Amino acid sequence: MNSTQRLFHTMVMVLGCTLLSSSVNAGKVTRGMMLANSCAACHGTDGKSPGSIPAIYGKPAAYLSETLMDFRDGKRPSTVMGRHAKGYSDEEIKLIADFFAK
Amino acid sequence: MNKLTRRDFIKLSGSLGAYSVWGGLVSSLSACTSKEKPAAHVVIIGGGFGGATCAKYLHRFAPNVSITLIERDKQFVTCPFSNMVLGGLRDMASITHDYKKLASNYAINIVHDAVVAIDPVAKTVTTGGGSIQYDRLVVSPGIDFMWDAVEGYNEVASKTVPHAWKAGSQTLLLRQQLMAMNDGGTVIIAPPKNPFRCPPGPYERVSMMAHYLKHHKPKSKILILDAKDKFSKQSLFMQGWDAVYPGMIEWVKGSSGGIVSRIDVKTNELVNEVGDRFKGDVINLIPPQKAGALAHIAGLTDQTGWCPVNQRTFESKIHKDVHVIGDASMAGKMPKSGFAANSQGKVCAAAIAASLGGYDMPDPSYVNTCYSLVAPDYGISVAAVYKVTDKGIVKVEGSGGVSPMDADATFRKQEAVYGAGWYASITSDAFS
Repeated sequence: MNSTQRLFHTMVMVLGCTLLSSSVNAGKVTRGMMLANSCAACHGTDGKSPGSIPAIYGKPAAYLSETLMDFRDGKRPSTVMGRHAKGYSDEEIKLIADFFAK
Repeated sequence: MNKLTRRDFIKLSGSLGAYSVWGGLVSSLSACTSKEKPAAHVVIIGGGFGGATCAKYLHRFAPNVSITLIERDKQFVTCPFSNMVLGGLRDMASITHDYKKLASNYAINIVHDAVVAIDPVAKTVTTGGGSIQYDRLVVSPGIDFMWDAVEGYNEVASKTVPHAWKAGSQTLLLRQQLMAMNDGGTVIIAPPKNPFRCPPGPYERVSMMAHYLKHHKPKSKILILDAKDKFSKQSLFMQGWDAVYPGMIEWVKGSSGGIVSRIDVKTNELVNEVGDRFKGDVINLIPPQKAGALAHIAGLTDQTGWCPVNQRTFESKIHKDVHVIGDASMAGKMPKSGFAANSQGKVCAAAIAASLGGYDMPDPSYVNTCYSLVAPDYGISVAAVYKVTDKGIVKVEGSGGVSPMDADATFRKQEAVYGAGWYASITSDAFS
């Protein structure tokens, strides 16, 4: 192996290990993920709904939390969302909103 | 040559020839992995809502974990929306899913084979094709039937009198029998005692069969011989039946003679506990249920016929490092539904990711929602949010409940639309 190849090998090593460690250290499952993943059954994985239920992916966090709190407090009419939102505290609603806003 | 410009790098890459980027990458990857433990292997048995969801979310939570999903069949026909096939609103293709996207999108190794044994000590799963080693095992085997709990009703009898409580050929058999029946005939449906898969399912089925009969055989009747004295969303279903199918449906509760103890397949007669006989032109007998056969083979069940689990992690209380999710598990106050299995699959995936990653899992949160169709534009629902306490999984106080009684047509139609949206979302959440 000549010096050029050695240098390239080192670069590939660094790149490879970086890629690998990024997947090894994929991050922990957070409470926000835990709460928000429940929503996916109706709103689609990551909130990307494929059907008639509104998509919630990428909506501003403030909008999502306000809407959920309004559903919960009966200020905004709904079919089922009021019944769901009543299951969450303010803090939990904020975690859910942050997850989908990311 | 201490600095490389981008142009140099491209030139260099091109001139390296046999020393390919990929070859270098592979050797460098093996160089850094060799210092670490090999990736953990999680085997998941059963590719329904529980198992498929668990496999996908485990990959999302812990992409370094190697995942094998063992499922006997190449295609999965969902029980949810199979009632719409009976009503003529859907075809079988629209409720049939496969595993190709799970394999390609999440690097899940799909093995289509039948599991014949599990050894929780050696941590191996034996299939027809050989033996597979696991670090963690997830079992999502669904339900099986207590054959002969209704005298005379067994697997052979189900070939002529369908249960249609596992979707597929049984769904089509019941559909064909409804289509062959004469106008003015009687359909008898016999729902089982609790607990069983999909508590509102028999009553949505009544609704969808009534929808078909109303439009094609309007002089026909549906008789429900129920083992129970009450059922899920009962007031809402009954209000809907009165409004949409007046005079067509009769419900006999368990304590008024609804408990079926015997069937005579030759004469198409059901016999209740006090000896009354009921002759049907079409009979749909849904037998009492227990955890899927695999759970029994693997010794994961207790005297109830279901699987006791730690309701925070879904790890079996009987075998270490084996988790049981979905209908087969005893999940506190959660019903046995595809939605619940999907929710449990995610919690179980989080528990395994945390355990393998050496950290504490966050407190679990679970949800269930069941939409039912009374008619094509008439939907109703029941929902709840769940948490785990020292008493197991319980409903979060104040959450959930059923759709309001006496709602207007717009509300009912909206829930029918959302029901279809739910189906699109949950099947994509589980299978793609």
